[in-house]
Amino acid sequence: MDSIQALIVDDSSVMRKIVERSLRQAGVQLSKVFEAGNGAEALAVLKDNKVSLILCDINMPVMDGLEFIKQLAGVESCKGVPVVMITTEGSESNVVTALSCGAKGYIRKPFTEEQVKEHVIPLLAGAR
Amino acid sequence: MKSTNDLLTATNKHQDWVPLLEVAAREVFELMLGCKLKPAATDAGANENLDVTSMVGLAGKLCGLLSVRCSSKAAVLVASKMLGVDVDKASSEFKDALGEVCNMVAGNFKNKISGLNEGCMLSVPTVVVGSDYSLHSMTDSPAIEVRLLFEDLLLVVSIQINE
Repeated sequence: MDSIQALIVDDSSVMRKIVERSLRQAGVQLSKVFEAGNGAEALAVLKDNKVSLILCDINMPVMDGLEFIKQLAGVESCKGVPVVMITTEGSESNVVTALSCGAKGYIRKPFTEEQVKEHVIPLLAGAR
Repeated sequence: MKSTNDLLTATNKHQDWVPLLEVAAREVFELMLGCKLKPAATDAGANENLDVTSMVGLAGKLCGLLSVRCSSKAAVLVASKMLGVDVDKASSEFKDALGEVCNMVAGNFKNKISGLNEGCMLSVPTVVVGSDYSLHSMTDSPAIEVRLLFEDLLLVVSIQINE
C-alpha cells in the first residue's frame, strides 16, 4: 500500500494520537498526519494540504463533524476523499446523516484496532 | 466533590441501570486502555483524594450529568495507558484523557439503554481539577454510582439524573 497523508479531526488530542496509532497498526503507511480540533480547523488545514483519508469525530466544539462533512462536499480538492466518522454518537439518525453527507464509514467509540482496520483498509484499496 | 443529591435507593426505577453503567465503564477501559476494572469495596480508596472530575452532560430523552472521578495519580495512569507511553510522558494529557474516557462511558452507556441512543445528546466533556467543591443539581434528582478499581486506584462513575 502506498504511503498517504491523512487528516484526523477530534477535539481530544489523546484521541487523535490513538487514532493515528490505530491506523499505523492497521498497516496504513502514513507519510504525514494532519490534526484538527474541530471542523473549522479541519477545513482550514484542507485549504493548503491534500489528504487521502479523513477520520472525524462528531461531537466537537465550534464546528461538529456532521457540519464539517456537509461543508467538505463543497471543497473541490477533497472530492472522492473517504471520510470515516469515529464517534461516541452511535444513534441511527447520526449514522444516516453522516452517510448521506458523504461519510464512507462509521466507527463507534470505544473501538478496537481491528475495527479501524476493517473500515479503513477497504476504502483505501477502493480509492487506488 | 460532594453532591447535594442522594444516591438511588434499591427501590428506585433506575437501579437496573447500575450494571449497565458498570459494563459501559468496563468496556471503555478494556478496549481503549487494555485494563480490566475490578469492583471496589465500600471502603476502597478511603485515603485517596479524588481530585479530578470529568463530566459530560446528557440532554434530550434523558437529561443529566455523567461524571468520572479519580485521583490525579489515576488520571495520569489513564493517559499513560491510553497513549501507550510512560507515566512521566503522560502527565500533561491527563485532563484530556479523562475527559475522553467520560465521553466514551456516557456514549456507551446510552447506547445500552433501549430507546435512549436516539434522542439523547452528549455535551463535550468538562474536567475539574480539585476536590473542594459541591455539585448541585437544580432538581431533586437521584443519582446512580459505580465504584471500581483501576490498577488498584479508585474510580467513581456516576450519573445525576434530572427527572
